[in-house]
Amino acid sequence: MIKTEVVIIGAGPTGLFCAHQLGIIGLKCEIVDNLDKIGGQCIELYPDKPIYDIPAVPECTGEELTNNLIEQIKPFKFNFHLNDRVQELTNKNDNWIVTTTSGKKFQTPNVVIAGGVGSFEPRKFPTKSAEKFDGTSVLYSIKDKTIFKDKSVAIFGGGDSALDWAIELSNTSKVLLIHRRDEFRGAPASVQKIKELSEKNIISLFTKYSIKDVKGNGSLEEIEIKSEKGESKILKADYALGFFGLIMQLGPIADWGLNLDKKTIPVNTENFETNKKGIFAIGDICNYPGKLKLILSGFHEGALAARGCFKYARPNEKYRFEFTTASNTIKDRLGVK
Amino acid sequence: MAKIKYIEYNGKEHVVEVQNGLTVMEGAIQNDIPGIDADCGGSMSCATCHVYVKEGWYDKLPKKEMGEDDMLDQAYEPNSKSRLSCQIMVSDDLDGLSVYMPEKQV
Repeated sequence: MIKTEVVIIGAGPTGLFCAHQLGIIGLKCEIVDNLDKIGGQCIELYPDKPIYDIPAVPECTGEELTNNLIEQIKPFKFNFHLNDRVQELTNKNDNWIVTTTSGKKFQTPNVVIAGGVGSFEPRKFPTKSAEKFDGTSVLYSIKDKTIFKDKSVAIFGGGDSALDWAIELSNTSKVLLIHRRDEFRGAPASVQKIKELSEKNIISLFTKYSIKDVKGNGSLEEIEIKSEKGESKILKADYALGFFGLIMQLGPIADWGLNLDKKTIPVNTENFETNKKGIFAIGDICNYPGKLKLILSGFHEGALAARGCFKYARPNEKYRFEFTTASNTIKDRLGVK
Repeated sequence: MAKIKYIEYNGKEHVVEVQNGLTVMEGAIQNDIPGIDADCGGSMSCATCHVYVKEGWYDKLPKKEMGEDDMLDQAYEPNSKSRLSCQIMVSDDLDGLSVYMPEKQV
């Protein structure tokens, strides 16, 4: 059990800046994110896209913004728990017990949900029949590539993950690459390589096809693909891999007894607390009259939520407002003279 | 102003007037029409405002810009009439447009 003063769910810009504000006012926090990296939507959806509406930053990319925020909270040495998702919140004597998918447990008076539109999960095959092979012969990520040696592997998708794995696995497996259109969105060099491998008949390429059905007894044996005109083909395959990108799912947040409005959590605008004491929501996931889904709004919300956390973390202390320019206490926390 | 018909997967139709300059996605969200999620808010960063454009209308719409097809690869069951509704800007020319919603967005 990790005892802390705040658990932040979500390591996007809003969660990161809230951590900064907690550090400034002297609170400890732990940050959990389902992705394997820090940055949330900024890093997952648009690392290279320029953002033009961060105050005092005329232009920066999602990746630059993330790196700057990481740099800004470095002095506080907060722990990140990546690749892990908060599964359960239970109340225990004015504290929340936060349990993650991997089994980690935190005890904290405050939880700040900075979860964007939910957690990122791989988009799965639309065919119902694929479900029974999920995790065994129908996969959406690769942990151990040796299982594919000398097998037939059907790879679906047109982005870098699909192309990179098609190229990589073509060394040791029979690879079928299936994509819904002629163009690929992967890196030009990978697209070129795929074309070469296809011309040499090392990879079997099926464009303008999508999945129709998967069949097998116990494990996958064949897949059926269909063209837009309805023509279908049956192909032998031991594995089907889907790389259709990530989608955002609200996930377990929906089960914590919070008021929900569509996929957002109503909060008050004084401290961004939800209907549950000690649970705050900030950033894209929170909702109040006039809410703007902008990163700059998330920063403001995080600053106020951090002050809201202070009350429960230090019930016997009085919060004192201070400026970073003037306060020696804050300078000590930041490790500057 | 254009009258746009949104047809849910179960066949239920919603006809609303949408102002010029809004997107087809915004027309649905502002009128609480179910079937379009628009998780990213219209920044072409997700594929949850996916619609199928009615036969005959698809070619009349302004063409897709760079990146829309890449996002559509990640949509639920895209086909050759698929568009992201956040990328279709409403104008008088779109009066009478019909779009079909997919079975689901995620």
